[in-house]
Amino acid sequence: MNDMSRHFDVDTIRRQFPILDQKVHGKDLVFLDSAASAQKPRAVIDAMVHAMETQYANVHRGLHWMSERTTDAYEAARDAVQGLLNAADRSEIVFTGNSTAAINLLAHSYGRAILRPGQAVLISAMEHHANIVPWQMLRDATGIELRVADITDAGELDFADFEARLADGRVGLVAITHMSNVLGTYTPVERIVRTAHAHGARVMLDGSQAVVHRTVDVQALDCDFYVFTGHKLYGPTGIGVLYGKRELLDAMPPFMGGGDMIASVSFERSTWAPVPHKFEAGTPAIIEGIGLKAAVDWVRGIGFDAIAAHEATLTEHALARLANVEGVSVVGRAQDRGGVVSFTLDQAHAHDVATLLDRQGIAVRAGQHCAEPLMRRLGLDSTARASFGIYTTTQEIDFLADTLVRVSEFFK
Amino acid sequence: MFDDVRDLYQDVILKHGRRPEHMRRLASFDATAKGDNPMCGDRVQVWVKYGADDTIAETGFEARGCAISIAAGDLMTEAVQGLNRGEVGRLFADFGDMVRTGTCPDCMGLERLKPLSGVHEYPSRVKCATLPWHALIAALDDKQEASSE
Ligand SMILES: Cc1ncc(COP(=O)(O)O)c(C=O)c1O
Repeated sequence: MNDMSRHFDVDTIRRQFPILDQKVHGKDLVFLDSAASAQKPRAVIDAMVHAMETQYANVHRGLHWMSERTTDAYEAARDAVQGLLNAADRSEIVFTGNSTAAINLLAHSYGRAILRPGQAVLISAMEHHANIVPWQMLRDATGIELRVADITDAGELDFADFEARLADGRVGLVAITHMSNVLGTYTPVERIVRTAHAHGARVMLDGSQAVVHRTVDVQALDCDFYVFTGHKLYGPTGIGVLYGKRELLDAMPPFMGGGDMIASVSFERSTWAPVPHKFEAGTPAIIEGIGLKAAVDWVRGIGFDAIAAHEATLTEHALARLANVEGVSVVGRAQDRGGVVSFTLDQAHAHDVATLLDRQGIAVRAGQHCAEPLMRRLGLDSTARASFGIYTTTQEIDFLADTLVRVSEFFK
Repeated sequence: MFDDVRDLYQDVILKHGRRPEHMRRLASFDATAKGDNPMCGDRVQVWVKYGADDTIAETGFEARGCAISIAAGDLMTEAVQGLNRGEVGRLFADFGDMVRTGTCPDCMGLERLKPLSGVHEYPSRVKCATLPWHALIAALDDKQEASSE
C-alpha cells in the first residue's frame, strides 16, 4: 500500500481511467466535475464486467454455487467499506442506493421512531438538498423542529451559533456535512461530535464529498451515523452507504419492507432480519456492490495520504492561479478546505462561463449545486465550480485559468 | 479560441445580453409575473402595459441570469410589441420550436428572434431562452408565477 503512495504519479493514475482519453468537441477532456460524480478506473470497470461475465446470480437466496459465490463477492464489499470507515463491525454497514437514500432511511426510521415530538434536528446552512429535504419532510410529518446552524462569511461553520442551537438540549440529531460540495470547506467534525454529544444529541455526518479525499475513522470520530455515495468515490452509481453504531441500528425499525429484510413472514406478522439486512429490502445492487469494493480497494491501494497531498497541491495551485484572473472571485475561504472551488466571473454568468469552457473540453458545473439555501446565504444566484479528483493535473488547472482569461475577454 | 460558439453567442446576443435596452420595471403596468429556474438559479420578472384592443403597448423585464436569458428577454420585449395574447402564444410556440430545432418552417415574425436559434445545439441552455417567455405568458394570463416546464 505504501509503496504506491510513495510513488504517486498522476500519469500512471490517469492511464487507469479509460474515459480520460476521450475528446470533447475535438479537444482533450479536462474533467473538473468530480464532485458531482467521479470517473471510474479500469479496476472498477473490470470487476463489474468480470462479475457479470463469470459469477452472477441473486444473493442471499440460492443454495447453488453461483449464488453462493455472488453472495461472497457482494458481502466482501461490506468488509471493504468496514475497513474504509474503520467501523467496529461489518453489520454496521448498510447498503443503500446513494447518500440521498441513506439520509432518507435515517429520517424515516430514526426520525420517526427514535426522535420524539418536541425534539429537533440540527443541520447547517451549507447542506446539499439531500441533507435538507428529508428532514423538512420529517418535520412536516411529525412536528419535529428543524434548526439551521449558520455559516460565517468565510464559508465555515459558525461554531458559536452551532453550539447555541444545541444549548436547550432539545436537539436529538445533528445532521451535517463533513465537506461542502460548493465551498470545499471541511467541517470540524471531531469538535462537532464532542459538542453534540455533550448536549445529548446524536450525529450523522454527510460524507459524500469528504470520504473521497480523507481518511475517515468513524470510531475515532465517534459519530453515530456516516453516509456516503459510491459514485463519487470512483465507484459505480446505484450504491451508497449508511454506517450506524450497532446499538442504534438495532433499535431502529426497518424503513422498507420486502424480501431479504425479514426473518420470517406470515400474514399475521413478520419478524425482521438482523442488521444490516433489516434495512436492505429487495435484491440489492449486486454488481454495484462488487464495483464499490473494487473502488474502495483501489483508492486505499493508493492511500489517502498520497491522495490528500496531491489534492492539496492542486487546490493551492488553483486558488493561486484563479486569484490572478481578473474578474474571478472564489467563493469561500475556509482554512480547512479541499479540492472544490466555486467561483464567479464579473463579466459573465456561470452558465455562459460553463458553456465556453465546455467548448474547450473543460467540464465544470454551473448553477446552484443542489444547495439553494447556501447560495441565498452567500447572496449568489449561481457559481461555476471546478472540482478535482485523483486524476486532475496542475496543467489542467493552468488550462482552466488561461481559458478563463479568454472567457472574460469574450464577454467584455 | 471561441469561434465555434459564435452561432450561440452572436453579436446581437452579446450586445443584448450585456446592455439590454428593456431591462426595467415599468412604472405603471397592468400585469406582472415572475419566472424562476431553480435548477440553475435564473430569475426573471416581466411587466406588461396594455394598449388598445388588449394588445401589448410596452413590456419591461428584470432578470438575473446568463447572457442568453437576458438577450432572450430583451429581444422578446421588442418582438411582442403590439401583439395580443393569442398572437404572443403563437409566436412563443414558433420560438420554442426554433430554439429546440434550430429551424422555423414559417418564421413569420421571428426575424428579430432568429439570432437565438443557435441555442438548439446546447440543449441545457434552451430553458434559458424560454424562461422570459414563460413569465410573459403567465403575466398575460393573470398569473403571478410562471409554471415551470
Ligand atoms: C454533500 C453531498 N451530499 C449528498 C449528495 C447526494 O449524493 P447522491 O446524489 O449520490 O445521493 C451529494 C452529491 O450530489 C453531496 O455533494
